[in-house]
Amino acid sequence: MAVNDRELMQTYDTLQVLSPEGKVLAEEASQLTAEMKRTLFEKMLSCREFDEKAMKLQRQGRIGTYASYKGQEASQVGSAMALEPMDWLFPTYRDHGAGWTHGQDWSRILLYWMGHPDGSITPDGLRIMPQAVPIATQLLHAVGTGWADKLDGKRHASIAYFGDGATSEGDFHEALNFAGVFQTPTVFFCQNNGYAISVPFSKQSASETIAQRAQAYDIKGVRIDGNDIFAVYLTVKEAVERARNGGGPTLIEAVTTRYGSHTTADDAKKYRDQEAVQASWAEKADPVERLRRHLLQEGLLTEEAEADMTEAVRKKVDEALETAESYPKPTRESMFEHVYESASWMAEEQREQRGSTR
Amino acid sequence: MSTRNITMLQAVNEAMHERMEMDSDTLLLGEDIGKNGGVFRATDGLYETFGPSRVIDTPLAEAGIIGSSIGLALNGKKPIVEIQFLAFIYPGFEQLVSHAARMRYRTRGQFHLPMVIRAPYGAGIRGPELHSESVESFFVQTPGLKVVAPGNPYDAKGLFHAAVKDPDPVLFLEDTKLYRAFKQDVPAESYEIPLGKAAVVREGSDLTMVAWGSMVREAVKAAERMEKEKGWSCEVIDLRTIYPFDRETIIESVKKTGRAAVMHEAHKTGGLGAEITAVINEEALVYLRAPVQRVAGYDVPVPQFMVEDLYLPDAGRMANAVEKAMTF
Repeated sequence: MAVNDRELMQTYDTLQVLSPEGKVLAEEASQLTAEMKRTLFEKMLSCREFDEKAMKLQRQGRIGTYASYKGQEASQVGSAMALEPMDWLFPTYRDHGAGWTHGQDWSRILLYWMGHPDGSITPDGLRIMPQAVPIATQLLHAVGTGWADKLDGKRHASIAYFGDGATSEGDFHEALNFAGVFQTPTVFFCQNNGYAISVPFSKQSASETIAQRAQAYDIKGVRIDGNDIFAVYLTVKEAVERARNGGGPTLIEAVTTRYGSHTTADDAKKYRDQEAVQASWAEKADPVERLRRHLLQEGLLTEEAEADMTEAVRKKVDEALETAESYPKPTRESMFEHVYESASWMAEEQREQRGSTR
Repeated sequence: MSTRNITMLQAVNEAMHERMEMDSDTLLLGEDIGKNGGVFRATDGLYETFGPSRVIDTPLAEAGIIGSSIGLALNGKKPIVEIQFLAFIYPGFEQLVSHAARMRYRTRGQFHLPMVIRAPYGAGIRGPELHSESVESFFVQTPGLKVVAPGNPYDAKGLFHAAVKDPDPVLFLEDTKLYRAFKQDVPAESYEIPLGKAAVVREGSDLTMVAWGSMVREAVKAAERMEKEKGWSCEVIDLRTIYPFDRETIIESVKKTGRAAVMHEAHKTGGLGAEITAVINEEALVYLRAPVQRVAGYDVPVPQFMVEDLYLPDAGRMANAVEKAMTF
């Protein structure tokens, strides 16, 4: 028998609970109340609204380079909705939809993209950590926070967000290996959106799936349709419960689509047929549209109610922008704060020196 | 106060025992630090005393060790990490530089990381390749980290206590040449030596030597030789904390002596000696009677051990530098 015989390997089918047409495919969906479904929809709508607004703000020069998560709303909202307030959340630069869902303010998120040093402050009592800018490094932090909870007998989960590109980094391996060895309550939530900037997943790895990597570490691995918010919510809920109950880590691969470019500084047209991606996305993969179809079919949403919802969401985003734009500008002095508990004499002296006389 | 005559290795080991005893949130993590007691035996006996959930043999992965320790420290623990050799730290460099050093800054003080990373460093013990580096400059260029390098058993214990108590990440560099080189009377009780304070280990009036780690002993040897051979009186400063270092003690001394020589194992170019020289120029230029001398590792890779003694700065090279400054 050939050693790479696929039959030797566990297979990881892609779990789908809600079809692109909005039909329920699995009975697990019955766990979701009508109210929950409406909440999920409203949150996705909010995330979409924010993201589209942020893209405009970047073009107007009101925020800096911005990383859009459009297309990944189901993955972000569904996963964050499955968390308890005291769970640890380690996002990347594309996961502010998840951060907001867990309780971060849109205004704070805007401050981050405006380049304000206060942009990563987490609301009191929540553990939404600063977005990881290096790739895959935050997975280890989620191992550590979970490990501490386990040592202290606390029933919290730690979730790390990352993309498909991150699975090529050494820290991905080190984190999954540590989590397996020490059985930490960590959920590794990978949004496989098919591209690491310009490099498609087929060039990132010879692995057919990311979920199958779990097998090498003897941890639970699950592959889901990341545009299906029911599948995301239910799978992450199960994983965080497993973590809380001492069942160890889970690797989740949520297969999704990055609708736009990597960031506003990138142009996806250079490396993929962006028109085709967007057309097929609108048809099959738009997670907001999918849930909308379901809610309309089930009579849980009317077009009028949706219009009201949209208006309310838009208002909140506008208010957040106002808050962010009227937030005190950082001073030169503020740059010297919080390096250490007590500033070094070097920084202290440099703060007192004359700044630029431009 | 009762004292015992112990080595620096024993002093570090004892300090770890005390910290573990004092605070149940303190954890030790590293490769081979459990039953094996670490490759230098610095953690001997700790596993037996505190058990596998607090003295943790980790998988062989430096980013994993430092990265997961960041998470542990975020969530109330006080990890003490052993990196087997300083030159093995590179896989964990990103964790240390991009995350550990910046966590307080990025969260505007909401979170901070009370963690210590211990790393044996330096040449001169006939180690294999890449076991002998002195790369403190990488970390001195990283605001948010503190870097400590004790020069004797007494200081090692006191500085270690201060490093673990410090609310910010501290890189604690242990010169391998000093581990078993000599013994010193060390109090049996715990005590602290504040970070950021140098010690004048020899007083003098003609020239100020600045060094840390095992270079302090070489500097003292050179000072004794110069006294005997030339009648020159050299003051020796053990920097102890190399970032943020004690400028005041250096400047005060140079104002008195008018001459200075900085000595370190790290490569000369871009080494901390250059920074200390610049600080002396900024603060005491008019007191100088000769250019500040630098005695450092050459700008070549740390060589294989048959030539490491020729690479390492020693008392003889320091004596040459003193002579140059005194006859300028």
